[in-house]
Amino acid sequence: MTVTSPLRILIGKVGLDGHDRGVKLIARALRDAGMEVIYTGLHQTPEQVVSTAIQEDVDAIGLSVLSGAHMTLFRRVLELLKEQGADDIVVFGGGIVPNEDVLALKEAGVKALFGPGTPLEDIVRFVKELPRSR
Amino acid sequence: MANDLNGAPALAKRVREGQVRAVARLITLLERRTPEGHDALRLLQEDRPRSMVVGVTGYPGAGKSTVIDQLVAAYRRLGHRVGVLAIDMSSPVTGGALLGDRIRMQRQAMDPHVYIRSLATRGHQGGLAAVTSEAVLVLEAAGYDMILIETVGVGQGEVEIVKMAPTVVAVVAPGLGDEVQAMKAGLLEVAHIIVVNKGDHPEADRTVRELRDWHRTVLRVTATTGEGIPELIAAIAEHQRLCDLETVTTRGHPEDSAVMRG
Amino acid sequence: MNERKSRFSSLSGIEIHRLYGPDDLKNWSPDRDLGRPGEFPYTRGIYPTMYRGRLWTMRQFAGFGTAEDTNRRFRYLLEHGQTGLSVAFDMPALMGLDADDPLARGEVGRCGVSISSLADMERLFDGIPLDQVTTSMTINGPAPVLFAMYLAVAEKQGIPFEKLGGTLQNDILKEYIAQKEWLFPPAPSLRLVTDVVAYCADRVPKWHPISISGYHIREAGSTAVQELAFTLYDGLTYVEAAVKAGLPVDRFAPRLSFFFNVHNDFFEEIAKFRAARRLWAREMERRYQPRDPRSLQLRCHAQTAGCSLTAQQPMNNVVRTTIQALAAVLGGTQSLHTNSMDETLALPTEEAVRLALRTQQIIAEESEVTNTVDPLGGSYYVETLTNQLEEEAQEYFRRLDAMGGMVAAIEQGFPQREILEASQRYQREIERRERVIVGVNGYVEQEERPIPILKIDPEVERLQVTRLAELRKARDPFKMAGAVASLQEAVAGGENIMPPLIEAVKAQATLGEICAALKEVLGTYREPVVL
Ligand SMILES: Nc1nc2c(ncn2[C@@H]2O[C@H](COP(=O)(O)OP(=O)(O)O)[C@@H](O)[C@H]2O)c(=O)[nH]1
Ligand SMILES: [Mg+2]
Repeated sequence: MTVTSPLRILIGKVGLDGHDRGVKLIARALRDAGMEVIYTGLHQTPEQVVSTAIQEDVDAIGLSVLSGAHMTLFRRVLELLKEQGADDIVVFGGGIVPNEDVLALKEAGVKALFGPGTPLEDIVRFVKELPRSR
Repeated sequence: MANDLNGAPALAKRVREGQVRAVARLITLLERRTPEGHDALRLLQEDRPRSMVVGVTGYPGAGKSTVIDQLVAAYRRLGHRVGVLAIDMSSPVTGGALLGDRIRMQRQAMDPHVYIRSLATRGHQGGLAAVTSEAVLVLEAAGYDMILIETVGVGQGEVEIVKMAPTVVAVVAPGLGDEVQAMKAGLLEVAHIIVVNKGDHPEADRTVRELRDWHRTVLRVTATTGEGIPELIAAIAEHQRLCDLETVTTRGHPEDSAVMRG
Repeated sequence: MNERKSRFSSLSGIEIHRLYGPDDLKNWSPDRDLGRPGEFPYTRGIYPTMYRGRLWTMRQFAGFGTAEDTNRRFRYLLEHGQTGLSVAFDMPALMGLDADDPLARGEVGRCGVSISSLADMERLFDGIPLDQVTTSMTINGPAPVLFAMYLAVAEKQGIPFEKLGGTLQNDILKEYIAQKEWLFPPAPSLRLVTDVVAYCADRVPKWHPISISGYHIREAGSTAVQELAFTLYDGLTYVEAAVKAGLPVDRFAPRLSFFFNVHNDFFEEIAKFRAARRLWAREMERRYQPRDPRSLQLRCHAQTAGCSLTAQQPMNNVVRTTIQALAAVLGGTQSLHTNSMDETLALPTEEAVRLALRTQQIIAEESEVTNTVDPLGGSYYVETLTNQLEEEAQEYFRRLDAMGGMVAAIEQGFPQREILEASQRYQREIERRERVIVGVNGYVEQEERPIPILKIDPEVERLQVTRLAELRKARDPFKMAGAVASLQEAVAGGENIMPPLIEAVKAQATLGEICAALKEVLGTYREPVVL
């Protein structure tokens, strides 16, 4: 008998800065919404994120970038997922990303980017409504 | 892409080849109790290599994850391929879980010979996830010859780990006093090896002494620096050798409990 | 009587009454608790005349791109009436990494200026005589290294160290508590801080060797009480470390300075500054009985709250910043940075920085609030809040004492957890609309008008990487390696780090090379898991 199981979401902080208030609040909110959140902590490299996502077989990866390195870091994560045939994993992000970069990153395959001040419930709703293709 | 993984025989084959995506996916399918997952597992059970399995238990914050991180590094130096199952509690209300054991182990994330999987209990009692024993089989089939299991660590009722792991290590932090007494009747009773972690703590010596009066194998470890890890590795090897001598064929608690009661 | 809410509370959650009066100050004594400005317990300010004597220093934090880019911004600010420089370093520098480190990819020159070598530091201060400015450097983990570079630049300009004025943030404890940018474990880090304090007391007497910072604690989501308590307790921890290392308290305590956040709750913030001065004076007196009154005086810098700014309707940020800046002034700050309206989006544009500076100038020149000292002293409300903040901070002091001090508390994750809980409470209040943030959960506009933002040229990274490669080729490798080895030896042997560090930077060892060498000696740190 197959049972429905909670979504598994990797939440991590890429880049060198240590501002983890937002990611921790998001991790807690997703947990409270019934998801399994794999929290990887600070200073993750794109390589670590992708390797972890695959080992943990997550449905989605949520990354926070506040240091301005979003273009480099998100692109690298997407590239690595593709290389490893894991681009069915949804990537979303949060942080300070200027509008034109948002467009470019969405084009590159980032599913959503949440700017500063986004209500947590919006993020939770987004994750909940992810298509369950897997 | 997900379709490649479909079909139990193909999936089983890819697990045998050690493909990480397949290993990860099969564990997910087993968690969801899909027929496909069970078919693949059945295929894998035939002539699967056997691995060493070590359970690590102890209260939250004692340092289980940090000890495991050090063990992984040490076993890698010895040439093992290491699998880790880290179990945390699901919320009984929402079903959600915050799985944070990996934070302590992220330096291993890039090592292709280490596989770490965080599992939530999803309502299962006894300190493990329901899928744990099946996940162990998957890891064995995938060629991880050393498997470390981190239990939830809420104390009482963590006895299930002894059914799964021939060697159980209980990690305690120094200076617990009353809590240690309580643990003697629970966590520590089933342990073959007791690790007093945080050896850098001023109370560590006293806790080691107290426990040595009561248990045969008590080691002092500082997981943050790795001090005492070689001794722990040796104690685990020694215990597994004892188990082999006793020709324990099924995974179970050895007749001769390491606990000297009294 | 009907009121808009069933409970009114400050931004930090302190319950606020309809009215305050003499009953609220029954146990309050103006002689004991207020005193005169410039006198113990300094509630009204550390100087007798305050802004009648001298206005606060207007100090705008700046840094981006290459050293040349920031050098140009510095000269611009000096020309527009700014009185002190403040360096923002980029993330790789803050983490002690060179611009060509693989971990630095995409981060070079983004959040601040990229500095990897003495040559970069020389370019940063090119044409700026270091004896004619005061410089604040926001750097913590690798603070001794960047300070050594600054000293080496001064030496090259022919300026004696005695003439150098400025501030090094050098506050590592709040990194473990809030900002999470550390290099070594707490204990050896504390020792490096003490080395810098001792070196300055000896050789750079006009320098402020630590800026004990609540700013980042607040930005991480703390309450005003937590900011006050953890910051002052950090300060006491540094004092204790220096005293234990054999420095007489009056040799260094007069050079300590503090750095606070100023958030939106106008009166609570004013009370926070007043409580901070009083609590510091009382604790220093009780613990160390210094002879020099300056050892009891809490000097501070303030910055308006970056976390209060919104990406929505960014022009509103100018108004928020104005209210906050006014609170800092009424609280009696010695220097102030006002945030630019675009800072939640990117680094500020020149235009936005100028407006932020003008905000301070308007308060200073036009509002007339500077005419008298501590204009809110004696207000039933402000005095009551001041008392409450002091008491609640003391309660935290007792808990921290019981845990065995700040380092032990950090290792147990205590301040981290308290802050995380507070930030979650705040977030909930916003989501439930118990607090309204204009433009975010109230008065929302569908069409957002974008404002211009500053873009960092990705060429910066390439240029820095090339420069480093050239530097590594051109320098004398034996001299460099020898200097780094002597540095490691000196640090392992417990000597003061500064003299061998200055030699190492002069031998052109890079920031990343030096920090890696120091990690070999001092170790690395993994934070406790607080989820
Ligand atoms: N001082 C000290 N702290 C340790 C040691 N081992 C672990 N810790 C810390 O104890 C906390 C809990 O460790 P963790 O491994 O997550 O414990 P778990 O909950 O049992 O898995 C972490 O902050 C560790 O850094 C040690 O040997 N010494
Ligand atoms: Mg753990």
